[in-house]
Amino acid sequence: MADRKIRILLAKPGLDGHDRGARVLARTFRDAGFEVIYTGCHQTPEQIVGAAIQEDVDMVGLSCLSGAHRYLFPEVARQLQAQGAGDITVVGGGIIPEQDMQDLYDAGIKALFTPGATLDSIVDWINENVKPRA
Amino acid sequence: MEELGRKAMAGDIRAASRLIRNIEDDIPETNRAIRHIFPHTGRAHVVGITGSPGAGKSTITDQLIYTMRQREKTVGVLAVDPTSPFTGGALLGDRIRMLRHAEDQGVFVRSLATRGSMGGLSKAVGDGIHVLDVMGKDIILVETVGVGQQEVDIINHAHTVLVVLVPGMGDEIQAIKAGLMEIADIFVINKADRDGARKLYKETLNMLDSGHFPSGWRPPIMMLESCLEPHSFAAAVEQLCDKIEEHHRHLVENNQLQERATRKVITEINDALRSAILEPVLNELAATGEFDIMVKQLMAKETDPYSLAEEIAKRYMNK
Repeated sequence: MADRKIRILLAKPGLDGHDRGARVLARTFRDAGFEVIYTGCHQTPEQIVGAAIQEDVDMVGLSCLSGAHRYLFPEVARQLQAQGAGDITVVGGGIIPEQDMQDLYDAGIKALFTPGATLDSIVDWINENVKPRA
Repeated sequence: MEELGRKAMAGDIRAASRLIRNIEDDIPETNRAIRHIFPHTGRAHVVGITGSPGAGKSTITDQLIYTMRQREKTVGVLAVDPTSPFTGGALLGDRIRMLRHAEDQGVFVRSLATRGSMGGLSKAVGDGIHVLDVMGKDIILVETVGVGQQEVDIINHAHTVLVVLVPGMGDEIQAIKAGLMEIADIFVINKADRDGARKLYKETLNMLDSGHFPSGWRPPIMMLESCLEPHSFAAAVEQLCDKIEEHHRHLVENNQLQERATRKVITEINDALRSAILEPVLNELAATGEFDIMVKQLMAKETDPYSLAEEIAKRYMNK
């Protein structure tokens, strides 16, 4: 029987090895019934976009604690767009100052989750806003 | 749907990954796309890689991709990881070992979850192989945890089967005896720098000595030492790659490729029948609530499973 599942790519772009948060999220997403492709640390936007397309995911989750989110997040969104995959939802998480947020939203990042965001609130957001693309 | 098939054949990566997604999600119209591409399949050399969790399958796959790319072959990978039976979710982590190929246009890596349905995984893998095949990939690597019938079914789609063993896991040889023995074309003893590797080698050798090989191919045993020594590991995987090519030549020269292809189509028609006949029946029984009633009847010992099945079979098969 037809059974669409939400597929999510989780990645840590750039020079940042602090992946505890991403790993916890990977587990949480699995337990929420999503299929999670976890690709680990130190990735370029090109690698992330290539993987997202080959894996046909519905959402890309980027985790960044290094402060380079202002470049890395919009770059992933831009490259997805350029490859005709602008329909893949991009969200970000990490230490992201308030004053950066509007620019990131303008660049196509659909949601940002900062320290203090509960796991449930993230899963709820996905269930509400990300649909498996038919 | 035919459109997706056409685009995938023209090498469109988005179309191909979309098609594999539809296959996984079991979207009924996908059969039309498969019908479109099926006549063009059968060109790629399909290599199955199986073994216990943690045996090093993904690391070996990664190095095989590298070696095959050096030999100017294009490579497709299907990496299967288990779905949680409790939540239906899955954590697919094989790709993490293969990141260095992410920007190589000659490599396509796709993670698949086992999901749940009976025969469904084998069908998804079989059709996924077709998609990678018509994309023009020369070699298709299928990586899967070697436990249970589902996994053996998957391996039936491969021309060459690698069984990866590691020392110190004790139950390895048992696992082989239980079914993988017949299916292995090449044994790989990974992490062979660890204690117990010689013993495992000898045990595997003994087992092979008591076997017989009507195909004329006696599975070789390849030793791979730590991947943390990149040079020696790469050299060993070169040799493994030679063996894989040698096995393919053996199949071609002895007209056995046809046998493997037959094994694949038998698996495919079995899967297709299951999905065309059994699944709709089960879905209907579940939807009408009859399935739950049957479970209750059995729990109360009012009847037995075979009488129930016979009754259902009579109803649907109107013989």
